[in-house]
Parts: sequence; C-alpha cells; structure tokens
Amino acid sequence: MGGQGAGEQVVGEYGTGVHGALLQVSDLRVEIATRRGIVRAVDGVSLEVPSGEAVGLVGESGSGKSMTLRAIIGVLPPEARVTAGQIMLDGIDLTQLSNAQLNKIRGPKIAMIFQEPMSALNPVMRVGQQIAEGPQVHLGMNRAQSAERALELMRRVGIPDPERRFRSFPHEFSGGMRQRVMIAIALSCEPSLILCDEPTTALDVTIQDQILRLLAKLCRESGTSLVFVTHDLPVVAQVCHQLAVMYAGKIVERGTVQEVLTEPSHPYTLGLVRSAPDVDHPRSSLVAIPGSPPSLISPPSGCRFHPRCKFAEEDCTVIEPSLRLLDSGRATACLHFERCLEAVRAEGADR
Amino acid sequence: MSAISITGTAGSPESSPQAGPAERAQPRRRQWYRQPALIAGLAIIGVILILVIAAPLITSYNPDAQNLQATLSGFSAKHWLGTDQEGRDTFTRLLYGGRIDLQVAFIAVLFPFVLGTILGSVAGYFGGWVDIIIMRLVDIVVAFPFFVLIIALVFVLGPGERSIYIAITLVGWVSYARIIRGEILVAKRQEYVLAAQSGGLSNLRIMGRHLLPNVITQAIVYAMSDIVQDILAIVTLSYLGLGIQPPTADWGTMISDGQNFLTTHWQLTTIPGLAVVITGLGLSLIGDGLADLLRPGQ
Repeated sequence: MGGQGAGEQVVGEYGTGVHGALLQVSDLRVEIATRRGIVRAVDGVSLEVPSGEAVGLVGESGSGKSMTLRAIIGVLPPEARVTAGQIMLDGIDLTQLSNAQLNKIRGPKIAMIFQEPMSALNPVMRVGQQIAEGPQVHLGMNRAQSAERALELMRRVGIPDPERRFRSFPHEFSGGMRQRVMIAIALSCEPSLILCDEPTTALDVTIQDQILRLLAKLCRESGTSLVFVTHDLPVVAQVCHQLAVMYAGKIVERGTVQEVLTEPSHPYTLGLVRSAPDVDHPRSSLVAIPGSPPSLISPPSGCRFHPRCKFAEEDCTVIEPSLRLLDSGRATACLHFERCLEAVRAEGADR
Repeated sequence: MSAISITGTAGSPESSPQAGPAERAQPRRRQWYRQPALIAGLAIIGVILILVIAAPLITSYNPDAQNLQATLSGFSAKHWLGTDQEGRDTFTRLLYGGRIDLQVAFIAVLFPFVLGTILGSVAGYFGGWVDIIIMRLVDIVVAFPFFVLIIALVFVLGPGERSIYIAITLVGWVSYARIIRGEILVAKRQEYVLAAQSGGLSNLRIMGRHLLPNVITQAIVYAMSDIVQDILAIVTLSYLGLGIQPPTADWGTMISDGQNFLTTHWQLTTIPGLAVVITGLGLSLIGDGLADLLRPGQ
C-alpha cells in the first residue's frame, strides 16, 4: 500500500495496520468556494478502511463527513474541489482519475447509499430498471440478464413479490422498501466498498433496525467494506468495527467502536456520548455540548474545539493538535486527553 | 415486515410524513376526462383532423381543378361554400388546404422541439461556457420578433415547405431550450442525479435516461401552443406568397386570393380565416388542458 511519499506527519502517526487496507484516504482536503469565503469543509482527513470491515464516521452536521464521502466517490458539488490528499483504492489514486475513468470504478468498485431513499430514486423510472441499469452498463449484461439479476437482488434485500414490484415506481414503495431498493442498486455490481450517507436517518426506528441488520448481513456475506456516515451513535455501535469522529473538518478521535464509545479520549466524543440517551444506563438528564460548531471559513486557532471544551488550557488556543497514537491502536487529537479519560473513569465509578 | 404504503384512495392529505411522497403523486392521477378545456380542444381538433384526412371521401371535387364556367358562384347545393374566381370548389380547397397546413405544422413543430430540448439539456446540465454560448445564441434569436425573423429567413431561403421547416427550426428552438434548461437546472440538483453519478453512469445516460423523462412534459405542453404559432406562421407565409405555393390549396393563399372579392364574396376570405381561428383555439385548449393535467402538485 506504498505511495506515502508525501511524508505527511499525520499519515505516519495514523497508520496502524496498513496492510489489507482497501481504501486509504490520506490528508484529504476539500474546499468549497462560497460568497463569504473559502470553506475548508474537509481539512486533512486520513482514514483507512480494511477489507471487509465497517468504519463509522460520526460528527454533527457540517463537520465534513458527507463531503468526505462525496470526495471519495468523486461527486462533489460544483463549487467544491479536492485541493490536496490521496484517495487510494486498491492501489489506484482516485483523485487523479478523469470523470470517465471514475465511471468505471463507481458501481463495480464503490457504491453509495443515500440518506433520503425517495429523492435518491428516479421518480419516473421503474424500480426494476433502476436496479438493472448498473449491471447493464458495467457488467455488459443484456436486458434479460440484467432483469434476472435485478429480480435476484430484490429477493436478496427482502422485497416481497419481486416479479410484480419490478414494474413499480418508487412512489409506490414505503420508505423502508425504497431503502432496500437503494441497497439493491448499491450491491448490483458487487462493489468492494459501499459508502453510506446516513442511510437510516429518514426511516422510523423499527425499519431502521431492519435495514441496518440487512446491510450488515449482506456486507458480511459478500465481504464488502462499509464507510458509514451518521450522527447516530447507537447505529454506529450496531454496524461498525472502527469509528472515526469528525469535528470541523478534522478527525479528532479514532479507534474501535467499543473503545471510543465507552472511553472517549477526546472531549468532543465525550460530549457526543453524553448527549445521546443510553437505554442500559439511563441518566437523569442529557448533557448538551455548549456553543455551536465553528465557522469553517475562519476556524478558531489551535484546537478547533477549544471554545466549547471544558478541559481547554492555554496551549489549546495555540497548538493545532494532530492525531496522536495511543496505546491500543486508537488515536486522539486532544492535547489533554488524559484529563478526558480521567473524567470518563470518574463518571464510570459513580455509576 | 414490510409496510408498503400505497395510498390508492383519495383523502388523508399529509396524514403522515412517511406517506408524503405518495400523497404528492396523487394529483398526477387527475383524470384527463375531467378537464373541460382538454375535452373541448380534443373535440375541435378531432373533428378538424377527421374532416381533412377524410377529405377525398367527403367531397368529390379536385381542389385544383378549375371550372371557368362556374367562377365565383355563391352557396349552393352543388358547391356548399361556393367557388372561387377560377371555379374551384371552396369547401374542397378548405379541406385540402387544412390538410397541408396541419401536416406542415405538425412536422415543423418536431424539429425545434428536438433541437431545443437537446441544446437546453446540454446547457443546463453542463453549465459553464457551454451554457454561456448556447444561452447567448438564444438571446440573439429572442431579440428579433418571431414573425419578422421567420419571414426574413424564408425570404432568404426561397419559398416552399423546406424553407418553412428550416426557418421554424432556427427560430423556434430557443423556447424549448429555455424551458428545458430551466427544468434541468432544478432537476440536476436532485439526489437521484447524484445517485446516478455515484453509480458510474455517463453524463449522456444521466441526461437522456434520468433527467429528460423528468422534465420533458413541460416541453410537450409548450409544443401544443407552439403548433398554434407555427400554423399562424405557415398561413402568414402563404398569404405573403412565401409559403405553400399555388396552385396547391392552403388557408393562407385562400385568404389572400379571396380578399380581392371581399365586398362581393366575403366567404372566400372569411371562411379559411375562421378555419385558422378555430384550429388555433382547439390546439390552445389542448395545451391548457395538458398543462393543468400535467402540472405537478397543487
């Protein structure tokens, strides 16, 4: 997985098991030109997705997680562009490819599942055709073969009576069924990586659970890797092995889901965990993170979280922390992570 | 485990957010036979089409056969609408004239529809300098009044059907381009376009198979009113001697030939004029009805 000629300090510190990584994003930067200035939506993100694993990417709205996904698959909005970094998939740097070259990768190698299954399906195209289109374009199947494949996929994702539903339009489906169609489309060319952009946010909770189980099961069966963007921590815990927390365009903490959620080593992660309800250990009240996310046009100096951080010290306003490797392969971008861990342990002792 | 919410029956508007999209699709099912404008227009155009297509069955006269013994006769059982200055049966010429005018108009509307739709899609989808060039071309064409430009073009190209097609295409595409471009600008921001791009589909395929079917109805509705304009243009050109060439019967030449006898034989001019008006009315009604039928939402 070579090609670390850039010698970026962050990359070096990040890498744990470089071997076997399917996707390796290093020092990715995405800038969006707006009328008020340049927004650095993604600011030096490094991410690694091992083959067959699910990596969660969490953070609040505007933290750059969706932009990271869109940069990986190369469908950034017209006013946004990748200004630096590498996106290595199977040894190919996706940032160097033309749109036509990318079109050979999107579908058979990477697929994406969107948040709103209604708007992500073409309203005037029959559902079966939408599933069959990928195999036609990428796998060179004819009409009959691709229709057969679409029916098989519809069965796999649990759409009842696929022969009849093949000719239905998206508006005739419920939200959960539409998301199953999206999953079928994503799986249609057997990609090695599926990017999920909050795929269950628009669904109600019972359906959400079904969809997550389905997605996890199908990916396990086919050995497909997942990048799972969400702001819903329980969802991450259910699906993902690894977790990266994003704040203001940067990854602030990363590690296994278990570690990060039970012992956050970054105050922002701690804030996220505390602000989410926990069924097993009900708290009397949820704790909100004070303040609001910073402007990405002129982010705060030093650590971007320091204005909202209760552990912040003098040096936090000056030093811009990079991800530091801790003991068990997890990494944090907090200068005073020990204090955060102490606070977590103190709280754990209280319970 | 699967709750498929097909809301087939009417009612329960915005009952739950889940059902939202299905509810929105509801008004699309307004039945066409409940649109009075559409019905009236279809009836008028239907009758006219039957008359002009079945012309050889309705009348036994040859539209171009002169009978100098029976010139300028009035209404009679033999010649329902009389004859013109060369003894040709006016009713027969009216039917055959409508035949050629409608035929040319229906063909003529296709070329600008196709050209404008393609250029509008390209401009809207790609944006940038492609968009700038195409829309400046549109501005140039729009700067001239429709009829002035058509007449000037046909004058340059020489009279005849071919020139009519070329002139109407060169002038008419701009409206379609504007409509489609605007629709594409909105539609391309939809997530399904993003999804199609993420699926590795080519731009051509996304434009043709995903975006166009979503936006083409607006162009079709416009085409209905555009036919009216085309018929008027064809009749006007023929009236000026630039369109359908004599002796072929056509409403424009009939109006122009008859106006010399307006004081004595008003029907020679008035009746083809009325035919133009009624045809225009019928097509406009169809256009309005279609617009109501296809307009999403409300």
